[in-house]
Amino acid sequence: MDFDLTVEQKLLQESARDFLARECPRERVREFEETGEAYPPELWRKMAGLGWMGLIIPEEYGGSGGSFLDLTVLFEVMGFHICPGPFFSTVVLGALPVLAAGSEAQKKAILPAIARGEHLMTMALAEPDSNGDASSIMAGATPAGDEFRLGGVKLFVPYGEHADSILWVGRTGHGENAGDGITVFVVKNGVPGIQKTGLKTLVRDRQCELLFKDVRVPKDSVLGKSDLGWPVVENTLEKASVVLCAEMIGGAQAVLEMSLRYARERVQFNHPIGSFQAIQHYLADMWMDIHGSRYLLYKAAWKISEGMEAGMEAAMAKARIGEAFRRVTLQGHQIFGGIGFTKEHDMHLYHKRSMTGDLQLGHGDVHRERVAVRLEL
Amino acid sequence: MRFDFTDEEKAFREEVEDFARTELPPDWDEKALYWPAGYGTFPGIEASFKDMYDELLRKLGRKGWLSLGWPKECGGMNSMTRHVILDDVMSYHRAPGGDVSTAIAAPTLALIASDEMKKEWLPRIAAGELRFWLGYSEPNAGSDLASIKTRADDDGDAFVLNGQKIWSSGAHIADYGWVLAKTDMNAARYRGETLMLVDNRTPGITIRPIINICGIHSFNEVFFDDVRVPKKNVVGQINQGFYCVMLALQYERLFVGMGAFRRVLEELVLYVKETKRQGMTMGKDPLIRNKLAAMAIEIETLYGFYWRTAWMMDRGQAPEPEASALKLFGTELSRRLAGTAMEILGPCGQLERGSKWAPLRGLMNLGYMDSISGAIGAGTSEVQRGIIATRGLGMPRK
Ligand SMILES: Cc1cc2nc3c(=O)[nH]c(=O)nc-3n(C[C@H](O)[C@H](O)[C@H](O)COP(=O)(O)OP(=O)(O)OC[C@H]3O[C@@H](n4cnc5c(N)ncnc54)[C@H](O)[C@@H]3O)c2cc1C
Repeated sequence: MDFDLTVEQKLLQESARDFLARECPRERVREFEETGEAYPPELWRKMAGLGWMGLIIPEEYGGSGGSFLDLTVLFEVMGFHICPGPFFSTVVLGALPVLAAGSEAQKKAILPAIARGEHLMTMALAEPDSNGDASSIMAGATPAGDEFRLGGVKLFVPYGEHADSILWVGRTGHGENAGDGITVFVVKNGVPGIQKTGLKTLVRDRQCELLFKDVRVPKDSVLGKSDLGWPVVENTLEKASVVLCAEMIGGAQAVLEMSLRYARERVQFNHPIGSFQAIQHYLADMWMDIHGSRYLLYKAAWKISEGMEAGMEAAMAKARIGEAFRRVTLQGHQIFGGIGFTKEHDMHLYHKRSMTGDLQLGHGDVHRERVAVRLEL
Repeated sequence: MRFDFTDEEKAFREEVEDFARTELPPDWDEKALYWPAGYGTFPGIEASFKDMYDELLRKLGRKGWLSLGWPKECGGMNSMTRHVILDDVMSYHRAPGGDVSTAIAAPTLALIASDEMKKEWLPRIAAGELRFWLGYSEPNAGSDLASIKTRADDDGDAFVLNGQKIWSSGAHIADYGWVLAKTDMNAARYRGETLMLVDNRTPGITIRPIINICGIHSFNEVFFDDVRVPKKNVVGQINQGFYCVMLALQYERLFVGMGAFRRVLEELVLYVKETKRQGMTMGKDPLIRNKLAAMAIEIETLYGFYWRTAWMMDRGQAPEPEASALKLFGTELSRRLAGTAMEILGPCGQLERGSKWAPLRGLMNLGYMDSISGAIGAGTSEVQRGIIATRGLGMPRK
């Protein structure tokens, strides 16, 4: 066993911490939530300069060829600082599947631009009726000559309004399993027939509704193989859940640190509130929740990095960490009392993310079911 | 034993239901916010509701429904059971059934104010003409009210107030503050505070908004700069304010809005019965059934505390641990209910009011944010547990 990060990973972690502490104070996060921009341009440029977008992109496509574990380390720091912008959608929902299944031409066209911070991506998957699995995909793609015609409604597409290209997941056929007949397309966001409507969500994370009406794309827009796209999506979602967990753990850690500081400073009844047993117990529970969860998170990330099957670990991490973050945040709120209930205070930023993080990519119930399946129940 | 209302109480309940059906504005259901045991989305807290709220309160006053729980000598009906029936029905409709002045200040005044003061204030409160705000908390005095700094200096027939209050819910739409201030700087802890009624229009008062986590202007900071308060506005005895506030807090803990819990559960049940996900009616999903059943059980449990507390008060008993349990259990249940609602609605739950995809008008999302507040305001959960353990169960204090 080795619970340590490598020297490089520690360096990445420290430099990311310093950078975001300086460049991404929480006032910026709050300001950004109110604008309609895709990302704070200055911040995004600097992040690209540090090589973050290219972290997991191989050197031949302009990246630095880091591992999934490196990415997880970075995401934890980003979650701590609530770093805004389309990093998750571009790198995780975009670059990873292109890397895994794209043709050489697609990789060359997309990956270097992502690494330079000049190309934003997203994936259009969920539909009004869905909870993120294959059977809920109704949007259809029909071949017509050397084109495909795509149509249907997609919801909760992160940065769907801003992304330069969209991985659009639709049905080209049916088979024995729900996942049979699903195809992933790379669609330029400028093509005719796409109607975009921003969704106003709890966290202003630029999710949107995309309505495709007879959108025509050339045949070579298919990512990987026609009808065989679901495993690509599934694999992406598994990785996405893990980095989402990393963000949540980072957020939970931030809440714990804020709470510890406050519990030391805030005096009631002539004592710092941190001297009251009720508060100490909360802090102890919070710490325990975070450390227990971090083990699950990094085990899943490590297995993925090593190319091992990590379905069980990823599901366990997502099921536990969504809830742990919610618990930690609520306890944090309890410690802050009235001050944490204001818009000016930082707690609400984390509070909202603990809820949406738990719901995204399947709530705990969905992931516990996956664990149950793997227990052969 | 008898777990049912008397015929008179049932008839009263019907009458209140009728009132809610006919007197609430026709578009009320689209407009009304409110989360059970949330303190940031009180019905009518937004300034835009002020006129409608005032009018409704006066209508309730004309019915004699703002004083149901007060003693008969003070013009009340001496029935806490009726008071909570009103609260239950009105809050089900997300409508106000009383407020700080009627449910907290008035019953306290009825117990400890001079006859003169009762005569001056109670009839106007009963008529729904006056709205109060609670001026206890200060930046450095939340759970520990004995460490307030706002001072009231003796100046003949008046006190002169200087200092600051915070988290003053509704101060911006109220008429009078129910304010705790220090009158004896040298007294022992809990012995030098005085409770007084402060007219919002007195020169020297500045009210500054604080926007809460739901994005609503519900609370305020209030600054006092040489504010003169006539001595006749002192509630109870000078330097006995702490005792008066403890009494008032007991009434505050009954401010549950019980019907609102029932309403949320009903709406969720209806939603899962009407909504299909992947061809299956959500209400047939064992996980969802389990979650909603668990909520139903907890809500019924809370009703137990609710009716029992009122019943004890009607028999002249002081519901010490019961009132705290009602407050504690209710506000913590509010958080569980909000979490459950979000889990059931799934990703669509994160959509705010106004989105066409937002289920149940986006109220669950608002409620999720507000549900944090109950376990903090009106005495935190930790303080309530302390009360149950020490005063209720006789555990030694540290
Ligand atoms: C929505 C809302 C509306 C409100 N409306 C009003 C209002 O109208 N008027 C008004 O005066 N106030 C109002 N308040 C203020 C409320 O009463 C205080 O927030 C509350 O009493 C807690 O005080 P605090 O926020 O200063 O937290 P603190 O007292 O600083 O408490 C912080 C944490 O320490 C814990 N703690 C403190 N002392 C102890 C102890 N002895 N043992 C164990 N734990 C302890 C608390 O439980 C809490 O977890 C409102 C608050 C909210 C959230």
